[in-house]
Amino acid sequence: MKYSYYPGCTLKNKAQDLDRYARASALKLGFELEEIPDWQCCGGVYPLGSDEIASKLASVRALNYAKEQGQDLITLCSACHHVLKRVNDDMKNVQDISDRANNYMKLDEPYRGETKVLHFLEVIRDVIGFDELKKMVVNPLTGKKIGAYYGCLTLRPGKILEFDNPENPKIMEDFIRAIGAEPVIYANRNECCGGYISLKEGEMAQDRTKKIFDNCTDMGAEMLITACPLCRYNLNKSEADSKIPVYYFTELLAEALGVKEDC
Amino acid sequence: MSRDAEMIREISGCDPYRCMKCGKCSASCPSFNEMDIKPHQFVSYVLRDDIESLVNSKSLWKCLSCFACVERCPRDVKPGKLIDAARQIVERQQGGDYLKADEIPELLDPDMPQQLLVSAFRRYRR
Repeated sequence: MKYSYYPGCTLKNKAQDLDRYARASALKLGFELEEIPDWQCCGGVYPLGSDEIASKLASVRALNYAKEQGQDLITLCSACHHVLKRVNDDMKNVQDISDRANNYMKLDEPYRGETKVLHFLEVIRDVIGFDELKKMVVNPLTGKKIGAYYGCLTLRPGKILEFDNPENPKIMEDFIRAIGAEPVIYANRNECCGGYISLKEGEMAQDRTKKIFDNCTDMGAEMLITACPLCRYNLNKSEADSKIPVYYFTELLAEALGVKEDC
Repeated sequence: MSRDAEMIREISGCDPYRCMKCGKCSASCPSFNEMDIKPHQFVSYVLRDDIESLVNSKSLWKCLSCFACVERCPRDVKPGKLIDAARQIVERQQGGDYLKADEIPELLDPDMPQQLLVSAFRRYRR
């Protein structure tokens, strides 16, 4: 099975681990990530204004490329996943945005949201299956107590992203179980890390990340996993006493599948 | 309704008249303590046509775009989109950017992901 793959800006630079462990794991799981040539940055945050068109075109180009290949589009970064799914929803369901974007792009055939966008974790859940993943694990992370940190961008708005229940998600917990570890549920797993606020208001991000670490360690977590480079950055910059290590989920996946050393 | 209030409604695509003032948006907001005008109040200010206060509010730069208020609003008013629309009104004016490119070198650190910079640029400036 081949997918169009949209890595995004950060996976080519500061979050290369998120990317390379995913590629190796995908091969082991039996699917291939074909990087979209000449992809452009999604912009990191979805442009909320209903009159914003130009800032959505980078996403439309990638979505349309996948459509032309007849492939579903996979992405890993929480931000890319968020932006691509929301722009895709605009192209499918918001007539004004869709018309104006198509009017500008002059594609051979208009793009109307035909491409299916999937997060890497959704492929594991919906295509491979967690039971199958569990069978393929060679190095189970037995005894590890892992907290899933979802943050905001993977989950909300739930009706558009359709990733999981935005208030009580379980996809990452199911993933943790499949690789042989024990998931730790804690209240702050879907609360914001502070996001881009850390650039100019560092103390606000410190406050957010301290609440997250205090909460997850209270519940017994020894480490966190995330799919978001910015969440990981903010969490790693935390000065909280309760701080624990934060990994990309793909690193633990590669470890469990026995392909980490190949990366 | 003033032109600015109309613009906020156009840009956001939100209908503040649907608000039933339950306060769930403000209760959910991780930046509540930092905001001078709270998310539920944004809706009231638009209804009252007091856009002057909104465009001068520091809340515009404290919102994390985490969509907790958008997700949890039982009336689909989406306060976060109203806040963004007010931010757009400021940023679309000359000199309205909250982040200048010249500021970046001092704010950089070696671990900073590209995602942070592109996100901040998109939210803080045109």
